[in-house]
Amino acid sequence: MSIALRTLLYKEVLRFWKVGFQTVGAPVLTALLYLLVFSHVLDRHVEVYGGVSYAAFLVPGLVMMSLLQNAFSNSSSSLIQSKVTGNIVFVLLAPISYREFYAAYVLAAVIRGLVVGAGVWLVTLWFVELPYAHPLWILFFATLGGAILASLGVIAGIWADKFDQLAAFQNFVVMPLTFLSGVFYSIHSLPAFWQTVSHVNPFFYMIDGFRYGFFGQSDVSPWISALVAGGSFVALTYATLNMLARGYKLRS
Amino acid sequence: MSISDPSAALLIDGVCKRYGSLQALDHVSLTVRQGEFFGLLGPNGAGKTTLISLLAGLGRADSGVIRVMGHDVVAGYRDARRNLGVVPQELVFDPFFTVRETLRIQSGYFGLRRNDDWIDEILHHLDLHTKAEVNMRALSGGMKRRVLVAQALVHRPPVIVLDEPTAGVDVELRQGLWAFVRDLNRQGHTIVLTTHYLEEAESLCGRIAMLKQGRVIALDNTTSLLARPIHQTLRLRLRGDIALPADLRAVARATADGRVALALENADAVSACLARLHAAGVGLEEIELVRPDLEDIFISIMREAA
Repeated sequence: MSIALRTLLYKEVLRFWKVGFQTVGAPVLTALLYLLVFSHVLDRHVEVYGGVSYAAFLVPGLVMMSLLQNAFSNSSSSLIQSKVTGNIVFVLLAPISYREFYAAYVLAAVIRGLVVGAGVWLVTLWFVELPYAHPLWILFFATLGGAILASLGVIAGIWADKFDQLAAFQNFVVMPLTFLSGVFYSIHSLPAFWQTVSHVNPFFYMIDGFRYGFFGQSDVSPWISALVAGGSFVALTYATLNMLARGYKLRS
Repeated sequence: MSISDPSAALLIDGVCKRYGSLQALDHVSLTVRQGEFFGLLGPNGAGKTTLISLLAGLGRADSGVIRVMGHDVVAGYRDARRNLGVVPQELVFDPFFTVRETLRIQSGYFGLRRNDDWIDEILHHLDLHTKAEVNMRALSGGMKRRVLVAQALVHRPPVIVLDEPTAGVDVELRQGLWAFVRDLNRQGHTIVLTTHYLEEAESLCGRIAMLKQGRVIALDNTTSLLARPIHQTLRLRLRGDIALPADLRAVARATADGRVALALENADAVSACLARLHAAGVGLEEIELVRPDLEDIFISIMREAA
């Protein structure tokens, strides 16, 4: 890893760490509130895997949802802020390749996603006891899911010219895909039509595969989830690198 | 020196750049020798900042070649950027970091670790050493401008580009900055300066290029530019509020110190002008016949190129 890449990664991590209350503390608290409210209200109304309480089922979903949303937020908000304030120029003037640029923003976003995800997991340990059937799958889907959303964040951050465009991307793309991915329910509890719709949502595979790591049960095989998530990451990486190589909206 | 001189600090050959219907640069060619203090002048929209953006890799030329210390800014962008330090025109900063963090991070971007000795030296030269641990947000505009200069220097680039570095900067900082930049130039750094303060360019730059509408319309030594046979300048301080006759208004401009400068063809025109003013009843408090300065030359060249 070059010094330039390490420095850009360090800068991006330091950036979110300096405002940790907002970037880590707040999403952890939000997830905790979701757990307290939804597990209380929906405990007897939502059908999940046999032998698994609703609260236990919910926690991996909340961990992954927080992880994904914060990975997206990190890369996208850093880029849009740097573009709007103009300080992106310091990175663009430096001898940093577009691949290093991409790697630094994605890795920093994955780190924030994992830190937030770990924070949610830690605070929910007080309320729920979780099994860990396949820890490697947990790590695999957490890292890959973070990388997918980080790449999507790089695309959104480069594409958006204004904060409201980024907010639209977050509210109309990321949020619906996250909420409709099985965070709060097993898709087997849905009508057939919505089960089919869920299968075209790549977020569903990330969360389902992640949950498999805990319970050893999932709506689809973890291998299929890994294939879909891996394919999504490759496609997004290709698209992002293509944008960066052309200097799209960064170099005139 | 030929346009393709490989020893040039900057080589710009046949560069064109278009933004939609605007031809921002139109076959711009010039070279800057190593160790020169070079001025890039022109009115707003002349293409100065576009040219700097292309040099720095912030944009890409539609055609032509740009080399920094012999390195192509596209094919050899890493080496080109390592040899170039750019002080951007806009007062930009990252609000998350202190001055020292900003400079350490900038060093890292250029592949430098443990650069604190040089960072301390720059901070000292720019009178920023007491602000090293202060967050960028807490600095005044002038201090932020100094940090921008420091950021451009962290990797000790042989070529330094200053894009209007003294815009909106107080006199004290301006003088301190120029003293520092002169020192860098004496140490062998090539300096390229764009500024709207033409007296600064006149006193600092050994050679000057003037751009208008994306074209180089003058490129010469500063002394040769100043020796151009142009009009005489008659500076007057008027008494009362009687307006200048219409024919004189056409060659008049207001100066920063509240006087009126008249551009006149020759010494005969000076006497004729004074006679016209007397006949029109315009009272004079002060009369001065001055050698044309760079501003007069600049205006003359811009009018010729119109």
